[in-house]
Amino acid sequence: MTTTTGSRRRLRGGGGIHGREGVAGWVFTAPMIVVLGLFLFIPVLMALYVSFTNWNGNGSPFQGGQNAQWVGASNYTSLFTEDGLKRSTFMQSLANNFWYVLLVVPLQTAISFFLALIVSNRFLKGKGFFRTAFYFPSVTSSIAISVVFLFLFANSGAVNAVLETFGVKGPAWFSDSRGLLHLLLQAFGVGDSPSWAQGEVLGRSVWDWLSGPSVAMCVIIILAIWTTTGTFMLMFLAALQDLPGEVDEAAMLDGVSPWQKLRYVTLPMLKPTIFLVTTLGLIGTWQVFDQIYVMGKGAPGNTTLTPAFLSYKQSFTSLQYGSGAAMSFIVFLLIVALTAFQRWVMRDKDAPRRRRRTPGGATAAAVANDQVAGVPAGRTR
Amino acid sequence: MRRTTTLGLVFVTTSALALSACGGGGFDKGSSSPKQSSGPAKLQILIGTSGDAETAAVKAAADAWSKKSGNTAEVVVASDLNQQLGQGFAGGTPPDVFYADAGRIGDFAKAGNLYAYGDQVKDAGFLDSLVKTYTYDGKLQCAPKDFSTLALVINTDLWTKAGLTDADIPKDWAGLETVAKKLTSGKVTGLVVSGEWARLGVFMRQAGGWVVSEDGTSVTADTSQNAAGLTEAQKLLKSGSMKYAKQVDAGWGGEALGKGKAAMTIEGNWIRGALKNDFPNIKAKVVELPAGPAGKGTLLFSNCWGIAAKSKNQAAAVDLVKSLASVEQQMAFAKAFGVMPSTTEGAKQYAAAFPDDAAFAAGGDYGTGPVNLPGFDPVMAAFNTDLEQLASKDPKSILATLQKNGDAALKGQ
Repeated sequence: MTTTTGSRRRLRGGGGIHGREGVAGWVFTAPMIVVLGLFLFIPVLMALYVSFTNWNGNGSPFQGGQNAQWVGASNYTSLFTEDGLKRSTFMQSLANNFWYVLLVVPLQTAISFFLALIVSNRFLKGKGFFRTAFYFPSVTSSIAISVVFLFLFANSGAVNAVLETFGVKGPAWFSDSRGLLHLLLQAFGVGDSPSWAQGEVLGRSVWDWLSGPSVAMCVIIILAIWTTTGTFMLMFLAALQDLPGEVDEAAMLDGVSPWQKLRYVTLPMLKPTIFLVTTLGLIGTWQVFDQIYVMGKGAPGNTTLTPAFLSYKQSFTSLQYGSGAAMSFIVFLLIVALTAFQRWVMRDKDAPRRRRRTPGGATAAAVANDQVAGVPAGRTR
Repeated sequence: MRRTTTLGLVFVTTSALALSACGGGGFDKGSSSPKQSSGPAKLQILIGTSGDAETAAVKAAADAWSKKSGNTAEVVVASDLNQQLGQGFAGGTPPDVFYADAGRIGDFAKAGNLYAYGDQVKDAGFLDSLVKTYTYDGKLQCAPKDFSTLALVINTDLWTKAGLTDADIPKDWAGLETVAKKLTSGKVTGLVVSGEWARLGVFMRQAGGWVVSEDGTSVTADTSQNAAGLTEAQKLLKSGSMKYAKQVDAGWGGEALGKGKAAMTIEGNWIRGALKNDFPNIKAKVVELPAGPAGKGTLLFSNCWGIAAKSKNQAAAVDLVKSLASVEQQMAFAKAFGVMPSTTEGAKQYAAAFPDDAAFAAGGDYGTGPVNLPGFDPVMAAFNTDLEQLASKDPKSILATLQKNGDAALKGQ
């Protein structure tokens, strides 16, 4: 029966039983390709083109002429080589965002992992409540949360009132542009702008590069950590629940302490999730925009300015769409480079490329290496 | 083989999509004068409003014009005027008529976004300082809508409580220092201003300096006059008798005054409406700013009625602007939300109708408008950033940076 069907098929038009699968696949994916192409890929290409012009927003950027001359890579090079306001602002925004990423990504990963451990604990009562409570900030509008933070951290707001009860005079959070590292260095007796930090790199003094996040930026960092940990906690939670119980039991039979179990059994098995969380965190933090827009638009002293917001401002208020687009592509390249670097750091060092699952009698470690946790894709911010 | 054809197919489809996306209705074809429509026009007016009073007044004026002319005019309130205008220009469908800030005229005109209709409305008799503010490339780009100036606003209750009388109203910087110090006590700061050039610039003007030269062809930021002006502001800040609004948890000087955190502030005409609405119990008095070593000086702010170069209803738009700029209409606006008429005749009527605000009107004679050169928006924003730290930064180095940035902007970098 099967053979006849098969031969009939072959007679009708070659290719065998799998013959039309390729076409079917393309047909099924076509709607998504069209949608993604139309609304994502093509606009990105158009923006790439704009980044090579000096388009001022008048008329179409694709017709050339006075309003959109082709200027080659000068929008990119001027951001790095031309001494001036544009470069110094852009460099400052990069520095700001670097400090932001440096604090937010490790902290949000660590805290969300810790929270996931707590809420996946078998002996915790009211799990549902805690899971909801921790996830709640993630589903609330970031604009609403930003506004609440504006009130909390106002000069006479709740945070400073609490600090005052402990006898600490809180800073004027949103108008304090002093860098955290500067404050720290000054506490250790390093004076304002010492001689070793006078050299200029890309238009800013070394001292400025080393400022650390400003006090105002710290508020945004706290906000970002608070809002994103919920989402990432959920990812860790899903991964934790997917871990096989046998491994835990095997580890317990081997007589490990809880800390050893966490360090040598749970963490290695969660590596894919850690990679996912840090990658999503890295991408999200380099694109931070809405919190900046609501909380000061770069003030005080441009210390909360980020490349994403600067690119928007450069385009829509300074009407220099070319250099605005160039900025966003530089950030894009930066994210790609950092993600690649991170992949390289987190690569599997000891495991051979393709492992064959050992049938039966697997030790805890072997299973741990094989385990690929199923992880839901989620929102990044 | 099959794979390559399919890939090719995908590529062709994507390119076709790309082409259709570019060629479609998304962008305007030509950038020079668009085809004008005939018949009754439907105009869109984009405004950045100071409050409900202004919105209602502009709507009423637009309705009145619609009724008379047979066209329709819809008033749209922008939440972020500059950004929405930028988007409108780029998208090819800008509003027909819009508020254009004096500081942005250069940017807009240079990009070819403005329909320079100044010649058609010139006989309305606009104030000279305003005509100068809106002239770019030798052409009056748009009709000045109205203007406001900065003056010293005093909370009279706190003033008398500190034992001060009308005779103490400061005439010079020394006088200002004395009263600011006397008024500072407890939670009240003598003088609270926003830490930006649009307020602190008055000190530079009073010392005889300004960011650009009189004719707007060179940057004159690093002069000794400007340094003297900023040094005076710094002195007040350091003494604690002047603070920035942010330091006292206020968004701007008017709010600080209304909340009783400031005894004096430097603000413009708009403070009247704000105090009336938000802090009706505050009694405020407006006097001219004290003179500096080079005499009186203040800043002047203004919007004009911009008409988009891409508007299809330019004739109707000019007609609308003519009716909006008439003396009667401007006086109606003045009564509704406190701005001053932009014509000599209107200014005269205003001074007569509002004797309490005579100080604002007086500023029209010696006020200086914002820098209207293209590319100066980020320069002045950077200046603001530096001014935030005026208390601890050397005024000369702030001005040197401004000079450097301004020179670069003037060269078109």
